Amino acid sequence: MNAPLIHLEKVCKTYRMGEEVVHALQDVTLDINGGLVAIMGASGSGKSTMMNVIGCLDRPSSGSYFLEGQDVSKMGHNALADIRNRTIGFVFQSFHLLSRTSAIENVELPLVYAGVSGKERKRRAEEALKRVGLGARIHHHPNQLSGGQQQRVAIARAIVSKSKLLMADEPTGNLDSRTSIEIMALFQELWREGMTIVLVTHEPDIAAFASRVVVMKDGEVLTDREQEPVVAVVPPPASRPGVMT
Amino acid sequence: MNPFQTFRVALRALLRNKMRSFLTCLGMIIGVSAVIAMVAIGEGAKARVEEAFAAMGTNLLIVMAGSSSMGGVQGGSGSQPTLTWEDLKAIQSEVSSVKYAAPQLRSNGQVMSEEQNWGTQIYGTTPEYFKIRSWAVSSGSLLTQSDGDTGAKVAVLGQTVADKLFGVGSSPVGQNIRIKNIPFTVVGVLAKKGQSAMGQDYDDALFIPVSTFGSKIQGGLKKYLSGSIMVQAATSDTARTQADVTALLRDRHRLADGIDDDFSIRNLAEIASAQQEGTKTMTSLLAAVAAVSLLVGGIGIMNIMLVSVTERTREIGLRMAIGARRYQIMAQFLVESLTLAFFGGLIGVAVGVGTATWLSSSFGWSLLIRPDVVAISVVFSALTGVIFGLYPARKASRLDPIDALRYE
Repeated sequence: MNAPLIHLEKVCKTYRMGEEVVHALQDVTLDINGGLVAIMGASGSGKSTMMNVIGCLDRPSSGSYFLEGQDVSKMGHNALADIRNRTIGFVFQSFHLLSRTSAIENVELPLVYAGVSGKERKRRAEEALKRVGLGARIHHHPNQLSGGQQQRVAIARAIVSKSKLLMADEPTGNLDSRTSIEIMALFQELWREGMTIVLVTHEPDIAAFASRVVVMKDGEVLTDREQEPVVAVVPPPASRPGVMT
Repeated sequence: MNPFQTFRVALRALLRNKMRSFLTCLGMIIGVSAVIAMVAIGEGAKARVEEAFAAMGTNLLIVMAGSSSMGGVQGGSGSQPTLTWEDLKAIQSEVSSVKYAAPQLRSNGQVMSEEQNWGTQIYGTTPEYFKIRSWAVSSGSLLTQSDGDTGAKVAVLGQTVADKLFGVGSSPVGQNIRIKNIPFTVVGVLAKKGQSAMGQDYDDALFIPVSTFGSKIQGGLKKYLSGSIMVQAATSDTARTQADVTALLRDRHRLADGIDDDFSIRNLAEIASAQQEGTKTMTSLLAAVAAVSLLVGGIGIMNIMLVSVTERTREIGLRMAIGARRYQIMAQFLVESLTLAFFGGLIGVAVGVGTATWLSSSFGWSLLIRPDVVAISVVFSALTGVIFGLYPARKASRLDPIDALRYE
């Protein structure tokens, strides 16, 4: 299994907006195999489209996308749904938790669609919640949790299927900087445990925690470089939040 | 994901919005309870009519004498004796489509026992009469042929008369009574028959041999039969029997073509079926009203489901992102609308049965709750849920996950 986890080959994505044809992605060729990868760029740079394609939510207009060596660019709705269920975990800016539903039930959701039995679901969901540090709050509803805690529930939901790839779309966009660092620390831990994390952000502060930064502009990869990530250390409560060394 | 899990997901979604779910159900509840209550009452009325006519006797015709016409005053049916005892015999023996025929002579009179007296209908008739009306005794025996031949002073009492004269639960057989002051022996008490369609008490009557009736009670012309003839047709084709009897009597009375009948025949089977037609029309009318209310309930469900799909667009997007297939989304929303409609239907049945029971007890209407109607209403309401849930569910399943996730 030498095939990289993600292999994009001359991927193009075009949209038609009325008369105009928008080239959201133009001949993007990219390999991702492990790492905490930050995709950066201004709005309209194509980073969201990139995220959708990598996350199998959207298919490229042309070019190929191999996920675990499998060409997913020509797959149908159901096959893509199954791949998302098994291989990819999602974390969104606005958490996307089901309201009036307990944390554990939210985390169980991907397992429900995977057909895992109830008892096994509970066990794994509890384990995932413990992993993100919410072992004591498994029966809380989202409105009883802080923003950071809600995002932790979402991360638990993304890792509960033991998927290899975690897609995070502006995961810290709705959080204060102190909580952002907490979340990034969690991502770094998961990365060091072997998960591949692709995170879309427009904040350089956040990208600094990544091991690799891909900058997009006008649908093309502008720069792509590995870097030594800043270690996310949560400052003690007394100090000013958001200070990084 | 198995159907049970789909059901649980749907149920949980519904319970998240209890008030709205209940209000949506309300449409179905009202619809189904209307169906159940209306059909129960309609069927009750129908059953009552059927019962009343069955008590009368099946395939029954009543032949009545003609009307007198003196100086332009028309006396009405039976006012002039035109039927003879010979006519009765001819009907009995010459018409093949007649099973039984019996005379029915009637008089009002006071009847006395040792302790009590009671004014009732006194009928003179023959043993065939009880066969025509399929009326049996609860104790003692019926009138016999020899009672008629000998003009015996024996009487068979209706249940009401027996109760009035001798008290409830007594055994009047063998006791003496006086009818118009003439002593008679009670030989039998008839089984309880109930009321006619018009509310007349069949059991408030007593029967004596027709020969005794002629000699002791009524008197009058011996040649003529001063009452009516009850005829039971051999088959349910009562119209044919009616035509046969009419032809026979016209022939016997020597009526030329173009002259009106000097008798009349009432076809009770036809009256019964007309009555049933009436209640049937009523029932289908009620069913139509109920169907409309089910339709309205269904539209209510569709409305709420559409709102729900829009409101939960982000949830749908998320479910798709984490691996729900399109049909699973569709199934979830379909099951939600099905559940709403089904439980609405179940509650509707309970409310409908309650309402019908309450109406029948407070207005004295008869009631018939047919299990098949209950089953059909529940199935229909579930079906309504599926049909009206289809469009919203399809709409949900066709959402693009990217757009759905970004929906504000």
